[in-house]
This record gives sequence, C-alpha cells and structure tokens, in this order.
Amino acid sequence: MSKRLTDIICPFCGTLCDDIEVEVSDDGKQILEVYNSCAIGSEKFLHAQSPDRITRPRMKQEDGSWKETTYEEAAKYTAKILCDAKKPLMYGWSSTSCEAQSTGHMIAEQVGGVLDNTATVCHGSTLIAMQDVGIPSCTLGEVKNRADRIIFWGCNPAHAHPRHMSRYSIYSRGYFTGKGSKSRKIIVVDPRPTDSASLADEYIQVEQGRDYELLSALRAALRGAQLPDKVSGVTKEKIYEIVDILKGGRFVVIFFGMGVTHSLGKNHNIDMAIALTADLNNYTKASIIAMRGHYNVTGSGQVLGWQFGFPFCVDLSRGFARYNPGETSSNDLLMRGEVDGCLVVGSDPGSHFPIASVKKIHDIPTVCIDPHTTPTTAVSTCHVPVAIVGIEVGGSCYRMDNVPIESRKVVDPPAGMLTDAEFLGLVLKEVNHIKGVAE
Amino acid sequence: MTSILIKNGFVIDPVQGIRGDKMDIAINDGKIVKNLSNPDKTIDASGMVVMAGGVDIHSHVAGAKVNVGRTFRPEDKLQSTYAPYHGIRHMAGGTSVPTVFKTAYMYADMGYTTVIEAAMPPLYARHTHEEMRDTPIIDEAALPMFGNNWFVLDYLKRGEMDNAAAYIAWLLRSTKGYGIKCVNPGGTEAWAWGLNCLSIDDPVPYFDITPRQIVSGLMEVNEYLHLPHSLHLHSNNLGNPGNYTTTLDTLKLSEGIKPNNNFGREQVLHHTHIQFHSYGGTTWADFESKGKEVMDYINSHPAVTCDIGFVTLDETTTMTGDGPFEYHLNKLNHLKWANTDVELECGSGIVPYVYSKDVYVCGVQWSIGLEMALLAKDHMRCYLTTDHPNAGPFWRYPRIMKWLMSEKARNDVLATMKNEDKVRDRSTLGSIDRELTLYEIAQMTRAGPAKALGLGSSVGGLVPGMQADIAVYPYNPETESDPEKIEWAFSHAKYLIKSGEVILNDGEVVSNGNKKTYWVDVKTTPNRQVERDIDQTFVKYYTVNKNNYEVNEHEFMKNPCVVQIDAIQ
Repeated sequence: MSKRLTDIICPFCGTLCDDIEVEVSDDGKQILEVYNSCAIGSEKFLHAQSPDRITRPRMKQEDGSWKETTYEEAAKYTAKILCDAKKPLMYGWSSTSCEAQSTGHMIAEQVGGVLDNTATVCHGSTLIAMQDVGIPSCTLGEVKNRADRIIFWGCNPAHAHPRHMSRYSIYSRGYFTGKGSKSRKIIVVDPRPTDSASLADEYIQVEQGRDYELLSALRAALRGAQLPDKVSGVTKEKIYEIVDILKGGRFVVIFFGMGVTHSLGKNHNIDMAIALTADLNNYTKASIIAMRGHYNVTGSGQVLGWQFGFPFCVDLSRGFARYNPGETSSNDLLMRGEVDGCLVVGSDPGSHFPIASVKKIHDIPTVCIDPHTTPTTAVSTCHVPVAIVGIEVGGSCYRMDNVPIESRKVVDPPAGMLTDAEFLGLVLKEVNHIKGVAE
Repeated sequence: MTSILIKNGFVIDPVQGIRGDKMDIAINDGKIVKNLSNPDKTIDASGMVVMAGGVDIHSHVAGAKVNVGRTFRPEDKLQSTYAPYHGIRHMAGGTSVPTVFKTAYMYADMGYTTVIEAAMPPLYARHTHEEMRDTPIIDEAALPMFGNNWFVLDYLKRGEMDNAAAYIAWLLRSTKGYGIKCVNPGGTEAWAWGLNCLSIDDPVPYFDITPRQIVSGLMEVNEYLHLPHSLHLHSNNLGNPGNYTTTLDTLKLSEGIKPNNNFGREQVLHHTHIQFHSYGGTTWADFESKGKEVMDYINSHPAVTCDIGFVTLDETTTMTGDGPFEYHLNKLNHLKWANTDVELECGSGIVPYVYSKDVYVCGVQWSIGLEMALLAKDHMRCYLTTDHPNAGPFWRYPRIMKWLMSEKARNDVLATMKNEDKVRDRSTLGSIDRELTLYEIAQMTRAGPAKALGLGSSVGGLVPGMQADIAVYPYNPETESDPEKIEWAFSHAKYLIKSGEVILNDGEVVSNGNKKTYWVDVKTTPNRQVERDIDQTFVKYYTVNKNNYEVNEHEFMKNPCVVQIDAIQ
C-alpha cells in the first residue's frame, strides 16, 4: 500500500505551489508519483530518487578526478578557504531554505564574505528599481480574486512558471472573478510570439530592446498626450487602445520577467513599468509583481534585508555591510579578480554566469553545496551534496509575492546525507574554532 | 541563574508608587525578590535612576512591510554609522528602519525589554515571526490585523458575534498573534478597489458594513474572548486636516462596553498614535491642533487608553496597514511608494518622509504630540511612542522625554523653526509650562503600557515576583538640571537586566539574552459553521492551502510564551 501526502510545497520556481500531492511507498522511502505539479516540478521530485546521485562530499584531485571525503573534512576545508580568503564570495542561496541562508550569513559575518544571490543575474535590476521608485504590489490572491486586466511583459509563464496561469493569473476563479479567464483581459508584450502570447487577448510585439520607449508611451497616452505614429514598432492607435483597456479595468496587474530586467535599459525599464503602475492608480487599481525565478530567491532577499538591510550584493568584507551593485555584485567582483575564495550554495553560476566569471571560479578554491551535479560542481574544488530542501528536509521559503510558506519533508535523504543547514552549521563551528570565537 | 543586587539607586516604580526613593532591588532566578543575601553580582547604582525595563506598546519592528522599508531604502543605511561586527554584537545598521540586530541593541541601550510589533498581516505572520526570532534580547509579541478581514466583515455585518469570536481565536492561534489590531477599519478593503472609508459611516464597498460596526463588533469580541489586551485601533481618516471629529466619533464607540479579563486591564479601547488623529482645519492651509479636544475626551473616559506617536522632526520611513493613506501621502511628497494588498485580509503601504522643522505643518504635528501628552491627566493611560518609524524612529524616545520634561527644551526647538509664530499659533503647546516628572515618564513607558497589554503582573514594574527586567540610567534626579542630560542618559542605559540576565554591563552589550515571544491561545466552543467557512474559503479564495497557513511555533518562535485563556464559560 502506498501513501499519499498532501499540501506539499514544490521547490522549483517562484510560484511556490503548495498543493502538490506525492505518493510514497508504504515504508515512506520511495517517491512513486507526483500529482498536481507541472512537468518541471514532477521531475524535481522524481529526480531525487535517481540512483546515480552523489551522496558524499568529494574533493577534486590534482589530476582532476574526484575523491570521496567526509562531511567533517569538507567542512574543515570550507572553513579554511573562507577564513584564508581576503574577500570570499558566498553566492547562490536561492534554492535553499531561509534557515540555511541564515547560518550562511553568520559565517559571512565572521569571515568577511560577500553575500550575493541569483537576483544578481535575474531580478536584481527590479530590486534596484524598487529602490528608485518603490513598488505598488499585492499578493497573488488579490490577482486571483480581483484582477481583470493582466499584462505579462517580457515573461513567458507558459514555460517558466507553468502553473502561474491556472493558480493565479489567467484561469483561476476568485471571489470577484467567478468567470475565470472570461472575466479577464490578457495582454502579452514580448518581441517573440511565445506560447504565453498565444493565450493573450492582445499580443503586442515590441521591438527588441525598446521596452522603455513603449512603457513611456503608455504613460504619456494615459495622460492624454500626443504620440508619434509608431513607438517601439507599435502603432499609436494600438497604444491608445491598450490604455483604454487598462483604464477600463477594475484591477490591473503587470507581471514582468527577464525580458525587461536584463535587456537594454535594465533597471530603468522597471522604473518605468512601476511608474506606469503608480500612474494607473489615478484611474483604477493597479499592482505590479516580478516573476521571480528560483523558489526561494525572494527569501534570500528577505533574510539579507532583515539581517543586513540590503536585498543582494551585500559586502561584509570591511566588517560592516556595504551595498553597491556594479561593485559588490558577483560578476563584477569575479571579473575584476577581487575574489580569492568562493562558496556556492543552491544555485548554478556555472550555467548562468559569463564564461569569464566561471573561469575565475575555476581558478580559485571553490566549494559547491548542491544536491545535484552541475556545471558549477565541475569547476569547483570541493562538491558537497546535500539533502534537497522541500523534498528531503523542510524549511521556510518565500513566494514571488513575498508570502512565506514552510516547505515540507516528503522522504528521507539517502542514508548519511546532511542538509545544507546542517553542513553550514559544521562550517560555522569550524570558523568559530579558527577565529577563536566562543559559541 | 545568577542573583544580582542593584544597590542604592533612585528607584522609580509607578506600580508600587515609588517616586525616586533610594532603595536596593534584588534579583534571583530571573525574578525580582524581596531580599537577597550573598548576591553573585552587585551593581552600585548610586546617583542613578532604576526603573523597570521599558515596554513599547506600538512599534513596527518586524515583518513584511518593515523589511520592504529596509530593502527599498539603501540610503537609510547612510544616515548613521553602520556598526561593525564586534564580539557577540552582530553588525548593525539602518537609521529609521534598523536591521533586527540594531533594533534590539538600540532598544537595549534605551533600557527597553518588551516591544509589541503593531501590525502583522496574517498571511505574512511567518515572516514577522522569523524576524522576531532573529531579533535578540527583547521580548516581543505581534498583533494580527482584523479590521479588513473578509471573515470578520461578513460575521460582524450579520451580527454573528459567536462566529466572529471563534474565527478570531482560530486566527490568533494560526498566526501566533497576541491581540486584535484594527487598521483603518473597512478603508483598506476599500483600497483594494482604489477607494477609502474616511468617516465611521462610510460603507465598505461590496461588504456593505460601516467602520462603526467593525470597531464596535471587534471591541465586543475582544471582551467576549477575555483577551489580555484590548482592541488596538488605528481609526479612519488618519493624517487628514479636520480628522479629529472622526476620532471622537470612533472613541465614543467605546462607551457602554465593559472590560472583561483576568489580566488587570481596565480599558476596552486602545487608540494608537492619537497625534495623527487630532487634526483640525479643512486644508493644509488652515491646519491646526485639536489635541486638546481629543485629550479632554480621553481624560474623562477611563475605558480608553492611547499612545501618542510623537513627531520627532527627522527623516523617516512611514509604513502602515493603512494602504490608502500611504498612496495619498505619496501624492503629497512624491517620494517612492510601496504598497502590498494582502488577499482577504488587509494591506499596507510604505513611503519615506521628511518631517522638516521648517515646514509649518510638521512643526504643528510636533506640537500636537507634546501638547496632548502634557494635557493628559493620567499617564497610566497615555503612552510614549513614535509609531516607529512613522512619526520618527523609536531611538528618539529619550529626546521626547527631554521635551516632555523641560519647557526650555521645547522652546529651544520652537525658536529654531522658520515658522515659529505660525506653529505657536496653531496649537496650545506654547502656553503649557507643565514639565513631566520621571515618575510620569515611567508611567508612560513601562507601568502604563504593560497594564494596557495585560502584562502588568509580570513586566513594567519592580514588584517582587515580577520578571526581572530592570534598567539603570546614569542620571541623578537630585543634582541634574541640564535637559540634554536626560536625552543622553536615557539613550545610554548603564545596566540592563532582562529576565534576570545581564544584557548591558557598564553600557556594553554582554549577552544577546534569551528573548521570548508572547502569543494568545483562546479556547472557544467548537464552531462547525466557522470551521466549514474557513475550509471553504481556503479552497476557493486563498492561494495558500489551509494546512500550510499555520505558523509552526517550534520552528519560527524563540521561547514561545503562550497565554492560555478559556472563553467557553
């Protein structure tokens, strides 16, 4: 007889679905089937069962081969490289729990590390824009219950956040939106006709890299100003029409993604999108929400925020916290060669950083804490596999709208494996020992 | 646990009516005791003031909107020194919205040991608790917001008090909350459609209930549940000229309701940051104080308490569950605006603000707070707060004490204002020569708020048997005459003891303490109707499953301290 566990939280994307059901074997050790989740989420759960999983830390040898070691030895090595480094980079944090992040921060405080999360190559520009102009926002339940005008700008939930549309934004039936998708007008703005665009009532094909101009034009049109015949490849008639659709709504929500955060204009695109949202509040109700990627990148920003006051790019190397994206951001530090030791937790810069940065990671002592084998583990000197948060250990996570949800444990990790919070706890102990600090 | 004897201080304790007598205070096993032989540690407090640890009844120190205030204002970290990591002290930064570590250290420096987080959105309760868990030293509790909650609006509209009570008890348990907070009743729900409720008779869109019904209903439920604290209210129409009539209308709703609890609380309504609600005039041009009118009402109605929300004339970050207010404030100052509407429950907004003493409106706001506190007849019912960080950061409390205790200090500020005459003209502050005593300050900052919170039997005083939260300030009331010394001394407690543990020793933090977190668990009659409503609503309208909603006490709270109440009788 198998058992079905309910109310499980999916540790994949920022949608943080909490209605997953997982069928496990009678002894509770084997995941048999995953229900309600998207294809990516299912794969994440099922992959935990993979027979080729690495279950013990391993050190890279001179000849490039791996040699198995113990968690204790790996913790000693990690503590040593962090303490020896003048400016260690402690990067990632987005696919782990807030508890693990917090332990990592206590290590960083002692070794003078730079704490940065994946926002640095993702929604960091959104965080900078919030610091420029604020952010009128709401929880996803407000979208579900009230929103009748939805814009997806430079994001493709059909592929990146597959259940976003059914749970919150397009098809969900809420209190004041009983007709689901029929009670909403969907607008997709993207240079490419994506699968999400095919679901839209209005698809606006903006010229690549011209989002700022189109957002400005929408603001101008909202104020009744004259426009040139075409802006960013969109006719003025279309722009006025879109503005009428938005003004005619009761509750407008703009979702945006990497298409605007890291294309030409970067944080200024978001400034303008936020300003458009604020302007819309003069006519109706409007909110804007970033489509955050990793399931707990939002949580990393929160924990850094309450402990040090900044959401990413936090440099503790001078004994107090400094924040200056462009100077204290991971890629800038790596490319300038300022970093002499690296700890990567719950993310994969090997896949997502520019090759010049990845080469630097390869050239310095790097410990990668990750349940999986990734391009980052390949360039690290030490790989520490750990239990998977949300599957083999619980912990606090924050959804893209900052709602905190406690993820659950579904099955035990393979025998003898530690969680990342436990491993970081061992590292902290070693660091305390090296620094001569009483616990 | 060590035993400690604090010798020879000027002891001030309104709970026992002690007014600066030279006495010894003994501590054993975390509690205050009558006497002690062979103490492990003796503190010589000669020439210094000894008081119970301070109690802050209303402060925004933890949770979702506080953290937005931190992260969206990097400039806030540049306004004061970012204190480096040192020994057991974590690095600590931020000015109007300090990090959790700095919050704790600065409260400790002021001799405060208990702080109430004043607005917890239920859906974000876990976040509030995570921040409180990471805040060392100080004991905390959080008040979840109910004034715009769909369940509450629905039950109260239909007059179903039993159902409202059962739901509120369930939500307090789920969020590990301490009491009933109500912010802009109905107005924040209206704000979800871009609207507001500005008087107590403005109907809430769709729900068709008025703020009057919400406030009355919540007071009734509060007493039905025998909660330690009363309804904690931020009424409608905050911050607008002429709003004092709304405030008086709201306060009058408390008439006829009787306190019903076993915690020594005597009020049925706590109106918070009353300064923001005591404005006359019709526009900002003829803006004036109506502090006297509002305080006259409070003076003559013992079932009402208030905290002031003193404007400190600083650059700060305003943050409140009153979403529409922040939108309008942003229309005034055009700085950045953050807003979060929370599904089915509440909302919030955040806007940086500069209270400049050269802007006459700010000057008048500053006057109103002081005027009201000086006109108060019973400081056991009128408390010192800045609605941190809304009217100013909490670490300005000592400066407010200076203003309250010295007419000269007040006049010095008035004299530097660009619009001094206009400011003097718009309030009665200039004609008040009252100077509060340390005894009254102790009432406003410890004994009073502790009693109003229903914590009066354990904190806020120095009675043997109480929790040993004690502050020693380097201030000699017999010899000191310089008002500046008041501000300095109350910002630099020489010793602080929390639950019998030395936190500050000779002004240095020597321990991160063993903070605890209060919450209230009320037993009510099982109510199938409410259980069904909750189940259905979670399935249909929430985006989080009911089983993932409750805050796990053991994971997210440090030393949870549950107040058990049986409301079935």
